[in-house]
Amino acid sequence: MKRMPSSFILVSLLVMLFLYLPVVILIGLSFNASTMGVAWKGFTFQWYEKLAMDRAILEATVNSVVIAFVSTGLALVLGVGTAIGLETRHGVQRAWVNMILLLPLVIPEILLGVSLLMVFVLCQVHLGFGTIIIGHMVFNLPLTIVIIRARLRKLDPAWEDSARDLGATSWDVLTRITLPLLRPAIWGAGLLGFTVSLDDFVVTFFVAGPGSTTLPLKVFSMIRTGMTPEVNALSAVMVVVSMLCVGLSWFLQQRSAPASSGSSYL
Amino acid sequence: MSESVGLDKVIKSHGLVRAVDHVSLSIQNGEFFSILGPSGSGKTTILRLIAGLDRPDLGDIIIQQRIVTLDPPHKRPVNMVFQHYALFPHLSVYENVAFGLHMKGERQANIQKAVSHMLALVRLQGKEKRLPGQLSGGEQQRVALARALVNRPVVLLLDEPLAALDQQLRQEMQGELKRLQREVKATFICVTHQQDEALMLSDRIAVMHGGKLLQVGTPQEIYDRPVSSAVARFIGLSNALSGTIVSCDGGLCRVEPNGLSPVMVSCSPHDSLQGAVTVMVRPERVHVSSNMSANRYDNSLQAMVHHVAFSGNEVVYHVRLLGGAIWMARVPIAEAQACPLTVGQQVYLQWWAQDGLVLPSQSPPC
Ligand SMILES: Nc1ncnc2c1ncn2[C@@H]1O[C@H](COP(=O)(O)OP(=O)(O)OP(=O)(O)O)[C@@H](O)[C@H]1O
Ligand SMILES: [Mg+2]
Repeated sequence: MKRMPSSFILVSLLVMLFLYLPVVILIGLSFNASTMGVAWKGFTFQWYEKLAMDRAILEATVNSVVIAFVSTGLALVLGVGTAIGLETRHGVQRAWVNMILLLPLVIPEILLGVSLLMVFVLCQVHLGFGTIIIGHMVFNLPLTIVIIRARLRKLDPAWEDSARDLGATSWDVLTRITLPLLRPAIWGAGLLGFTVSLDDFVVTFFVAGPGSTTLPLKVFSMIRTGMTPEVNALSAVMVVVSMLCVGLSWFLQQRSAPASSGSSYL
Repeated sequence: MSESVGLDKVIKSHGLVRAVDHVSLSIQNGEFFSILGPSGSGKTTILRLIAGLDRPDLGDIIIQQRIVTLDPPHKRPVNMVFQHYALFPHLSVYENVAFGLHMKGERQANIQKAVSHMLALVRLQGKEKRLPGQLSGGEQQRVALARALVNRPVVLLLDEPLAALDQQLRQEMQGELKRLQREVKATFICVTHQQDEALMLSDRIAVMHGGKLLQVGTPQEIYDRPVSSAVARFIGLSNALSGTIVSCDGGLCRVEPNGLSPVMVSCSPHDSLQGAVTVMVRPERVHVSSNMSANRYDNSLQAMVHHVAFSGNEVVYHVRLLGGAIWMARVPIAEAQACPLTVGQQVYLQWWAQDGLVLPSQSPPC
């Protein structure tokens, strides 16, 4: 690493502060004994205890986790399949395929939400868990495909050739060579998708029905009746869980990066 | 002896590139057959066609008297050692070697026995649990060999098996390859672009260039009677002189090089050579000295020492002829020390007519 001039270090410190100060303040306030405002009235765990007692919040948590789990799982199955299909030697490697796949990631989420709602209403689909899961898959799938394709491109085609030479059928190649080598990337994509799904508000807001409240929706409705310390505590938990998941996802993808035929791999 | 592998007028294109162009070959059982050629000449493609990893556009592949052109790889009694080994990075040495038997559905006990026997054969006992990334280049190479050979293939294909190894390891592994071949009694088809390796290991050699076979023969045949200057150059016959045939009779040709005094070259009486030709002389047959030798050599050319290189037990003189061509002369070290030559010195190059080769000229190879 080259030595940086100190002004750059200062700039990066300021940027970090700008990015993380709100989160730090939020977490700090969640331990504040004061019921109103930001004045510090002593340290307490009571908001977390209250959170753990709140049936509605617990229900929303379960909803969120179930939805994130199912939508991520489905997105993984379909996404890994699609990525492998696109990356085979005779697959479609055109730039426009990439564009179309990535579109849901760059379309404003509110448009995604509105258009999904319109489709569901047109097809007379009952709004609830199913529609939220479908909604989350719309952004989870492209995410998975992008991550898995990036990893697939790093796999040496000679591995497949030598497996086939040793008598492996296409199925053997998939289950014994391709998927095991993709495992870290699959975990990484899964954790990232899980987090994004857990945190999603906009799309969920449009396609959720009564009885399918997720955590972000719950936070939103709580804030409408006033900013309570309980909301701070809930938000703090969500932030920490998300950061852990994303960190782990990043770590897994890093670890899977430098594999080619000669180099070491763990 | 019966045929092990046959190629019948095989053509394979990659887009606009004819990677393999009308190649017909017949390789015998138990042969150590080398395919020699510069980079991009289609060597790997030929191996892939035999293994079934690619299909020819035209022509047939025959293995053990059976046409296998359309068979998938797992239906062919052939295994391949890949150019960069292609060991499975997530599997241990044991699992890598066991992979092929596993695919065939062998019983666990048999697999265990076969794998440990094979690992002993390539001297890798005790390293079963390592991952490929934890092995040295030479060890990886031997795992790749074991992984292919454990399946008892009738034909083993080797794609530049020694290219990634250093000089000393390569020499060790050359001996190892010959030993392994004797023990498993398979046909070995080995791709290389190292001419000395091919000459040393092979029963027969095919020289390729631009997807075409230039010559097939024993190392001796190829070394002594290359059919073209391209083949000659490729097996280390670097000293060339282009000229025109003046006369040719009684097995002796008189060639007039551009701007130099005529040289005499022996040729077979059946050759009907005329017009533009290339004369080639082996570096170890060229006598180089500061004055005309007492021996009545048939040929003598003036030159200037351009560069002197020591290589172990001999000295290689690079000399520049009057026409500008650079020739090499290999001289045993004792002889070179007896009368040393220095850079810039005027010298005479002398050789016997029978040590030269005369070949029809053609567009320069490589
Ligand atoms: N998959 C491919 N797609 C397109 N062209 C290819 C492909 N494989 C090989 N070629 C081309 O076919 C020709 C022969 O390639 P091949 O790999 O057989 O050469 P080679 O003799 O093995 O060379 P090297 O010594 O560098 O390994 C080359 O011109 C190469 O560019
Ligand atoms: Mg090659």
